Amino acid sequence: MTVASSGPSHTPPPGDPGLAIELRGISKAFGPVQANKDIDLAVRRGTIHGIIGENGAGKSTLMSILYGFYKADRGTVLIGGRETEIPDSQAAIDAGIGMVFQHFKLVENFTVLENVVLGAEDGAMLKPSLAKARRLLTELAHEYELDVDPDAVIEDIGVGLQQRVEILKALYREADILILDEPTGVLTPAEADHLFRILKGLRDQGKTIILITHKLREIMEITDTVSVMRRGEMTATVKTAETSPEELAELMVGRKVLLRVDKAPARPKDVILEVRDLHVTDAQGVHRLKGVSFDIRAGEVLGIAGVAGNGQSELLEVLGGYEKATGRVRVKGHEIDLTGSASDAQTRRARGIAHVPEDRQREGLIMDYRAWENVAFGYQKDFGGTLMDHAAMKRDCAGKMERFDVRPPDPTLAAKSFSGGNQQKIVLAREIERNPDLLLIGQPTRGVDIGAIEFIHQQIVALRDQGKAILLVSVELDEIMALSDRIAVMFDGRIMGERLPSETDQGELGLLMAGMAGEAA
Amino acid sequence: MDLTTIIQILDSSLRLATPLLLACLAGLFSERAGIFDIGLEGKMLAAAFFSAGAAFATGNAWIGLLAGIGASMVLAAIHGVASITFRGNQLISGVAINFLAAGITVVIGEAWFGLGGRTPALAGDARFGNIDLPFARALSDVPVLGPIYADLISGHSILVYLALATVPVTWWVLFRTRFGLRLRAVGENPAAVDTAGVSVVGLRYAAVMICGLLCGIAGAHLATALGAGFVKDMSAGRGFIALAALIFAKWRPWYALGACLLFGLLEALGNRYQNIDIGGFDVPTQFMQALPYILTVVILAGFVGRAIPPRAGGEPYVKER
Repeated sequence: MTVASSGPSHTPPPGDPGLAIELRGISKAFGPVQANKDIDLAVRRGTIHGIIGENGAGKSTLMSILYGFYKADRGTVLIGGRETEIPDSQAAIDAGIGMVFQHFKLVENFTVLENVVLGAEDGAMLKPSLAKARRLLTELAHEYELDVDPDAVIEDIGVGLQQRVEILKALYREADILILDEPTGVLTPAEADHLFRILKGLRDQGKTIILITHKLREIMEITDTVSVMRRGEMTATVKTAETSPEELAELMVGRKVLLRVDKAPARPKDVILEVRDLHVTDAQGVHRLKGVSFDIRAGEVLGIAGVAGNGQSELLEVLGGYEKATGRVRVKGHEIDLTGSASDAQTRRARGIAHVPEDRQREGLIMDYRAWENVAFGYQKDFGGTLMDHAAMKRDCAGKMERFDVRPPDPTLAAKSFSGGNQQKIVLAREIERNPDLLLIGQPTRGVDIGAIEFIHQQIVALRDQGKAILLVSVELDEIMALSDRIAVMFDGRIMGERLPSETDQGELGLLMAGMAGEAA
Repeated sequence: MDLTTIIQILDSSLRLATPLLLACLAGLFSERAGIFDIGLEGKMLAAAFFSAGAAFATGNAWIGLLAGIGASMVLAAIHGVASITFRGNQLISGVAINFLAAGITVVIGEAWFGLGGRTPALAGDARFGNIDLPFARALSDVPVLGPIYADLISGHSILVYLALATVPVTWWVLFRTRFGLRLRAVGENPAAVDTAGVSVVGLRYAAVMICGLLCGIAGAHLATALGAGFVKDMSAGRGFIALAALIFAKWRPWYALGACLLFGLLEALGNRYQNIDIGGFDVPTQFMQALPYILTVVILAGFVGRAIPPRAGGEPYVKER
């Protein structure tokens, strides 16, 4: 039963019941943007089918059509060989499709049981529905390693468990086809492994799984078949066993891509940044940083790995000058004020600290402002006092856009009209070109296309080779491994350990990320 | 202070708490579904006017009640269309409804009755009379419990009992039925409801209309049970006090009962003790009457602990991926 549905599918005989899902000629446009162009897709029953593509390639649109969120302009959907209309989510559920969204759709203050039952109750009274769900959940837990306490409240459990609840929701609705959208983004490597075991178990029970991701490693590890999307089109469907990451990357981007970052060994010099015993307590009284200490030297990249929300954001905010802390921070020997009274982002810049924030759309740019205005932010004093020299600002921006290959290179466009990768290049250009001594950079390639990732990584390495100190925070372990000269892993506001990339692997870092101290080893 | 006085004050508290309680539960349904409603005041006022008008015209308090509910639900529907269908700002829509009700009641009242915006006084069947519960007279001679039963528990209008019954009913609907589960879910995370295949818009309209229904009863109580006819601005900020009570009650039905009784008690005390002498210091009348409003300000300023409103409250739901 492993005949691959490969190649550009010529219309197969109508109603092939061996196919869980078949899409024929699906097209969808949003105004002038053609999100899906004449998509054909055949997913064989009982397989794990990967869909890979860059941001904006149309993966999510396609899945939204399958789940009844959007209506396709043209084309037909066949479920189990039968042509099926999916006007809304209820119709998708009825057709046996379950969706696990990237951002979970759970009610935070409800219990697991209530979330599972919501929308699939048996009658007007809750009690019998909840009792039935409790029984079924126990069965599912045994069958698929999907243990969750049914009475736990969602906001009290971790993201890994929350994701399990999403899967249970779909199974409770008797889904035969499970679509997962970027499921590992929030998971530790161990949690991701567990998820993959669950998915394989589901497949072996005859369920069909569609996995949407941009991570090549996951595709190679778990899928049976993979389809590649580029610019709204389905460019290829291949058997996973017969392809390679390099080939898939090329299919995604449309040209050869360097997956590895080429860099010479670091030649660290003087200490630029000294951080000692940093503590942060946030407005809710939660202790976010619990005594963080490290050094960064000129000419090296310190990578901070960790699952999102373990204090990395606070660390960047403190160093960037918009969060108060206790402890000591020295830049090139100068004490930095951490109380927030005599120091802010502006004075940090004067000290030679540049900051590319984690959330570029909220902290890095003003989305409604034009590129040239955004490029001047933080450095606006360079362009005059009360009256600014707009012409000079535009010229400055145009130059940066050219050097950083921002497309389209038009300084008068609003920040929001650029793609994620080009927005990031705008922020990078602004921060890097001031020749800082220390660059703080958070999630440099989040939501950025593979092609742009390559460019951004090269910029970071080039900056290091110019003798700058770089603090890199990323939740992408691959990125941390590729760029860092030293890796520190954060968990629960502490640094769990420091490793050299050449002497560690994803497994060991994963354990540290999950809070298991590996100092003895 | 003797037992009779205490009973009289509590009796008055209960009557005064009734419109607050109904409005508070009305707001509870709406806000639990994620629709903030500062138009409780306006809906109550419109209901008070139309119930009094209809009751006067027909001589029947029940027809008045229906008219009041109808008026309130029309305003609720306007709020629904503005904030659910057109995804407008819920606060602005609520404010508009308050202004609309304040103006329209007086204008129509003057046109119909020519009494400067009030309705003629209601009498007889045009008002909800007080109901004597069974054996109230017979038991009134039993010490302590007798007067409590006869004078405090018995002898209210049907709407008071209706309001009290609404508390357990609301609790039951919210926490024991499918509708309640979905209603609470849509106020917390409408996307979860939507992806579960349930209509967010339908649920929110249902909640808003229930809110209109309860506000209608509250308004009718003001004009045809508590009072005897409509007077300009007779809701006197009760819609806002009900909102404060709702926050105080942390959006829970039984707590809402407690909060509204407290406000009712303060109002009753203010009415009874026009001036009170504490150790030679004469507390002015104005202060006593301002008590419920002062408590409102204190509650809204957040002095009673952290109240977490429904998370999706005030946000129009836009489907997104």
